[in-house]
Amino acid sequence: MPLIDVRDLSKVFEVPEREPGLRAAAKSLVRRKTRDVRAVGDVSFEVEAGEIVGFLGPNGAGKTTTLKMLSGLLHPTSGELSVLGHEPSKRERDYLSRITLVMGNRNQLQWDLPALDSFELTRAIYRLREAPFLEQRDELIELLDLGDLVNKPVRNLSLGERMKAEIANSLLHRPSVLFLDEPTIGLDVVMQRRIRTFLAEYNTRHDASIMLTSHYMADIEALCERVIVIHEGSLLFDGALGDLSDRFAAHKTLVVTLGEAADLSGYGEVVEASPTQVTLRIPRGDTAAVTGRLLAEQPVTDLTVEDPPIDDVIELAFASGDS
Amino acid sequence: MTTGAIDDGLHESGLRAFLRLYATLFRLAIIEQFQYRAANYFYMIGMITEPVIYLVVWSTIADARGGEVGGFTAGTFAAYYIVWTLVRNMNIVFTPFGWEQRIREGQLSSQLVRPLHPIHYDLGFFAGWKVVVIVMWLPLATVLSLIFKPELNPTVAQMGAFFVAIWGAYLIRSLLLWMLGMVTFWTTRVSAAFEVFFAAELLLSGRLVPVRLMPDWAQQVAGVLPFESTFGFPITALVGPISNEELVEGLLTQAFWILFGVAGVSFMWRRAVRNYTAVSG
Repeated sequence: MPLIDVRDLSKVFEVPEREPGLRAAAKSLVRRKTRDVRAVGDVSFEVEAGEIVGFLGPNGAGKTTTLKMLSGLLHPTSGELSVLGHEPSKRERDYLSRITLVMGNRNQLQWDLPALDSFELTRAIYRLREAPFLEQRDELIELLDLGDLVNKPVRNLSLGERMKAEIANSLLHRPSVLFLDEPTIGLDVVMQRRIRTFLAEYNTRHDASIMLTSHYMADIEALCERVIVIHEGSLLFDGALGDLSDRFAAHKTLVVTLGEAADLSGYGEVVEASPTQVTLRIPRGDTAAVTGRLLAEQPVTDLTVEDPPIDDVIELAFASGDS
Repeated sequence: MTTGAIDDGLHESGLRAFLRLYATLFRLAIIEQFQYRAANYFYMIGMITEPVIYLVVWSTIADARGGEVGGFTAGTFAAYYIVWTLVRNMNIVFTPFGWEQRIREGQLSSQLVRPLHPIHYDLGFFAGWKVVVIVMWLPLATVLSLIFKPELNPTVAQMGAFFVAIWGAYLIRSLLLWMLGMVTFWTTRVSAAFEVFFAAELLLSGRLVPVRLMPDWAQQVAGVLPFESTFGFPITALVGPISNEELVEGLLTQAFWILFGVAGVSFMWRRAVRNYTAVSG
């Protein structure tokens, strides 16, 4: 049985609707108009133990809503949901003790106290025995390079330092499943890399499953072999990150280095050209044929075939969802 | 409320873990509130203005009526309103007005993903704050006593009952205001309802006027509401006059309101969480 099993999951919010103006305000006193907004619709997927899955989608796609349903913060409108054999919306102690939800813009640390004090509170909340708690705490402090920062009041920490302390605090109970919603938001490149490295390490050490949303594709590329793309509440893609290009990018890029200048416009769309290097955009299906012709007919000294950058692929995937 | 324990070598279970949770919340609240000692002191000084006004007014009336009003002398009024200042501080709990911010800013989401009913955060935290409050209250009470010369001669039974009653009052008020605040899950336009509650509490708890100085009908209404258990009863338990039977009756009434509060919070909480949509993200 998969660790996370989602079947036809839907969430519909009822939101009040009112036109502007005094007349509309008066009418709303008598009859309140609402409309249903489908945040997530019929989404199905499975996640196995130890997998790191990137959860991608534009703003408002339904990523956070899905993570909230998975962590028990929201009741699904319909569908079936099982995580670690539990129904998350029941919010059983055993379940909540084995998961964590980290939201980049939320915090659980006590603002006026050093992080170490918050760690003690976390220990008390999760009823952790002293020895394993101290072992895990010290390991997290080391892996996240927190050092003496845990002795400073949280309000005196930088955003990146605070985020590292938040992550440590949310992993003290050794969760088997991590739901991470934009864990690197607002952090500089160095801090983002540090957190990525740490998450990969945690995943390896504890065989933890991680579902991660991020607008930074570097996070996804570094951590996730598999991605789920969601758009307007519906699943667009579920598969290997490398297959995203096959599915959504209709073109490949050829970078051709020439021994002498040549006109390559007959081989594809010239994106960029210098006397000895030409970048061509060609239909994905023609890659082998065009490459063969180039090598046979032109003074090619080097040739590379590239997929479009992952950001562009994601954009194409979202665009396909729009259409 | 979340219950149960995991037997995996990582987790503790039972009463010890629960007591440690409260000890930790207590300790953190004390550390945090001592950081704001100056603010807390100013807050308390502001708070004693209210009972001092009542005290001066009632003492003046008592003097004008030959030294007594409804069995209260200037000295017993002084005792009533000085003990009032402690009971008032014990009564400070999480405000129902705070729920809207708690929901809107997603603070509740952070608590809901942890295996602990959020009421424990409030009960433990505000209880810890009381320790700071009591330490800071002692010099203020001394000054007030030197100025107003209270008549206070409690028996051992009264002192014991008072100690239990102030914590009972704290629990009752915490539970009642939690129930009131939880209405925010269904509608955010509840400020007016909160104000009605606080007005009724002000009049019928013994905060504005000792309940036994009120008309009979008001005393009867107060008798069926919880407010007196949170204010008038703890004060009377120490200041008197009160018999041992009345002390027991008062404590039992508090126990009833605590059970009522626990049942009410449990009932509303299950529905509130179901209704919670975490709009703020």
